[in-house]
Amino acid sequence: MARGSRPLIFPKWPSVAAAALVLFLVLGTLLAVLWRAEGSLSLAAADLAAIRFTISQAIVSAVLSVGLAIPVARALARRQFRGRALFVTLLGAPFILPVIVAIIGLLAVFGRGGLVNAVTDALGLPSLQIYGFQGVVLAHVFFNLPLATRFLLQGWLSIPSERFRLAESLNAPVFRVLEWPMLRAVVPGALLAVFLICLTSFAVALTLGGGPRATTVELAIYQAIRFDFDLGKAAVLSIVQLTLCAAAVLAATTLAIPEGFGAGLDRSTPRWDGQTRAARIRDGLVITLAALFLLVPLAMIVLRGLPGLTSLPPSVWEAAIRSIAVALCATALTLLLAFALATQQGRALTLIGNLPLATSSLVVGTGLFVIVYGFVSPTRIALGVTVLLNAVMSLPFVLRILLPEIERVETDFGRLADSLRLTGWRRLRWLYLPRLRRPVGFAAGLSAALSMGDLGVIALFATDRQETLPLAMYRLMGAYRMEAAASAALVLVALSLLLFWVFDRGGRVDADA
Amino acid sequence: MHHANPLNLNRLEPAEGRPFEFSSMPPSVRRMKEDNGMKTKHLIHVAGLCLAASTASAQTPVLTVYTYDSFVSDWGPGPAVEAAFEETCGCDLQFVGAGDGAALMSRIRLEGSATEADIVLGLDNSLMAAASETGLFAPHGVTADYDLPVAWTDETFVPFDWGYFAFVSDSETPAPADFRALADSDLSIVIQDPRSSTPGLGLLTWVKASYGDEAAAIWEALADNIVTVTPGWSEAYGLFLEGEADAVLSYTTSPAYHLIAEEDASKTAWIFDEGHYMQIEVAAKLAASDNSDLADEFLSFMVSDAFQSIIPTTNWMYPAVAPDAGLPDGFGEVVAPEKALFLAPEEAAALRDAAIEEWRAALAR
Repeated sequence: MARGSRPLIFPKWPSVAAAALVLFLVLGTLLAVLWRAEGSLSLAAADLAAIRFTISQAIVSAVLSVGLAIPVARALARRQFRGRALFVTLLGAPFILPVIVAIIGLLAVFGRGGLVNAVTDALGLPSLQIYGFQGVVLAHVFFNLPLATRFLLQGWLSIPSERFRLAESLNAPVFRVLEWPMLRAVVPGALLAVFLICLTSFAVALTLGGGPRATTVELAIYQAIRFDFDLGKAAVLSIVQLTLCAAAVLAATTLAIPEGFGAGLDRSTPRWDGQTRAARIRDGLVITLAALFLLVPLAMIVLRGLPGLTSLPPSVWEAAIRSIAVALCATALTLLLAFALATQQGRALTLIGNLPLATSSLVVGTGLFVIVYGFVSPTRIALGVTVLLNAVMSLPFVLRILLPEIERVETDFGRLADSLRLTGWRRLRWLYLPRLRRPVGFAAGLSAALSMGDLGVIALFATDRQETLPLAMYRLMGAYRMEAAASAALVLVALSLLLFWVFDRGGRVDADA
Repeated sequence: MHHANPLNLNRLEPAEGRPFEFSSMPPSVRRMKEDNGMKTKHLIHVAGLCLAASTASAQTPVLTVYTYDSFVSDWGPGPAVEAAFEETCGCDLQFVGAGDGAALMSRIRLEGSATEADIVLGLDNSLMAAASETGLFAPHGVTADYDLPVAWTDETFVPFDWGYFAFVSDSETPAPADFRALADSDLSIVIQDPRSSTPGLGLLTWVKASYGDEAAAIWEALADNIVTVTPGWSEAYGLFLEGEADAVLSYTTSPAYHLIAEEDASKTAWIFDEGHYMQIEVAAKLAASDNSDLADEFLSFMVSDAFQSIIPTTNWMYPAVAPDAGLPDGFGEVVAPEKALFLAPEEAAALRDAAIEEWRAALAR
């Protein structure tokens, strides 16, 4: 089998170097924070309550996001309709929105003065209350349903189309023989990703949670660093997050069962199954509901942003260019890291690939600050640090997309490549890259868009002359300029989507010929 | 935006697409740039920049001021203050935006005595006690005729503006007379979390200063009025403008922003009988500053008319010293509380932990 032979095919050093970089950023920064710590290393009752709330909301959010994503991805996998490509691209949007923008978009629909309550008021129904546990979960589903859908869609598209034909001609149940095994392989990973994202939620949980009941570990870290300067406590809380991450990774890798469809002819053809009238109507309904849920808040963001668009100050456009540059550099770096890591396998790799999701960006930023300070002025390296951290933070998503595809290529064509003695760089160039255009395009698009929208640690390092677009938007909000901030948000969303589309599309050009 | 800053030019960022600030180059370099081919252009460009940077650093002292983000935004006081001070100081004033007030404080603590900052501008009375404790700041020699509701005698921190915390709402919304009336009403409010925001901490101290041991009961009664608690001021104010609540915790001067900048007279601040807790924003010089004299010069400039007259319509707070020309028109309409509440910074800091726990317990029910 191709699996065992891969360490011989690729040299070890690139993956070791990439893993070392990730571990340095995750654990090295944590140690730096601990080193500077003066405060106590104990947790109060309030912190335990925060841990409980954090875990419960993350589990519910993950189960709902992925559970709802299954019918949506299934419907998208077997339907072709006008605007499908655009819809799939727009699916990337909620995930990359700056949190406050997404919250305001959601409130325009579900809030006190939102569209839903306008309808319920008109009908004399009791009004919808968004603030509370339900609001936190709603927002997390809004953020993560599209992401989970894309992951699952990837799974569906990876089932060779010949298998569907075969199942059809044998009159075999498609769900049981094809879709269920695929879901067993993909769902645990998707659950894990959403769980970890929600684990470090801060602004969503607080703003929509309605008060201190909805305190997350991340907020406790924020308070410890910003107000109490209790770095010891921040480090301990960060260790709690990382431990939860490790446990979740262990659970997910135990649950996931690799599929084994074997090789197809490596091209897609229209699906033959699921063409009954009932199935068509059901899929149509699912897609419509998902579109309404995801796109109406987006439309509200666009509407709010349009009026101030022409009067945006030049500095916002400068920040936009800076953000694009940061996003492109981060994307290149993250792909490099992902391929370096993907040349090796194992649970340790999965853990390293997921750790960045569970880190508190405030702890990483503070730790990095402590480390570099004294060698170089933090403001001088603000953009470089942003590129590095954005690359590492999007690494888990890129790996999640690429690893199964690389696995598949190895299973399908590994022996052929072995017989041709394709090793190292040549294997990457002639075996992987041509086969992986679609996932690489998707991964690059996601990484670029994430890096655009991520506020990250730039606030800790930046001066006024190095602001990125999200930072510029927050600064406008802080100066009462809510309309300009809404327009900056629109620019941010549009540019993020554009980058996402360019890469994603680039990956698909010629792929379906 | 302000670009007359030669020192910044040596921070080359080729990936930016706008690598050099063309307009601020010497004319000779600019001409060469236009005339020559790509490669030589690039070389001369870099050489010119290095030259500009080295001559600049040899002649012009740089004063580094750490402040909060909104101060340095295009519409904040930063750009105008920078221009006004550089006119007279023969120096290069560089603002470094470091998040909000609390982030500013933690950054200074992280950097300690090795900090590049000469001045920290934007701490407030809720952070002053912690700032004093660090021992990083040096006494100032500034005297001014302050226009503050309290006598200012602090030897380390110089106030530059101030405001009263207040709930801001639409004028048509019936205003409650105090916290009890608010708690008894159906009115909804958005507040900020005292664990992550200075206005949130201000509200906490306001209730504590007004009600003492009864503060917990007030918070329990307010629980059903609070729509949500946000991490910072911006989120709360944004939610209020989106119609998510009847009122938001902000400042009595917030309606002046809407009146002056948006010609919108529909916002007002609720005046409470208990009185209003104050936020006083301050700056201080770092003991480790290499530019001690220049830093002193800046602190004196800060309480001068040139600085103070910029504050009202950029930071939307009361200036610490009354401007010669008086307050701008819209500020005349700002309703002023009859009673100002203020706790000495050490006193407020001593209350904090217990008050936060009280708040958390009351609202977590």
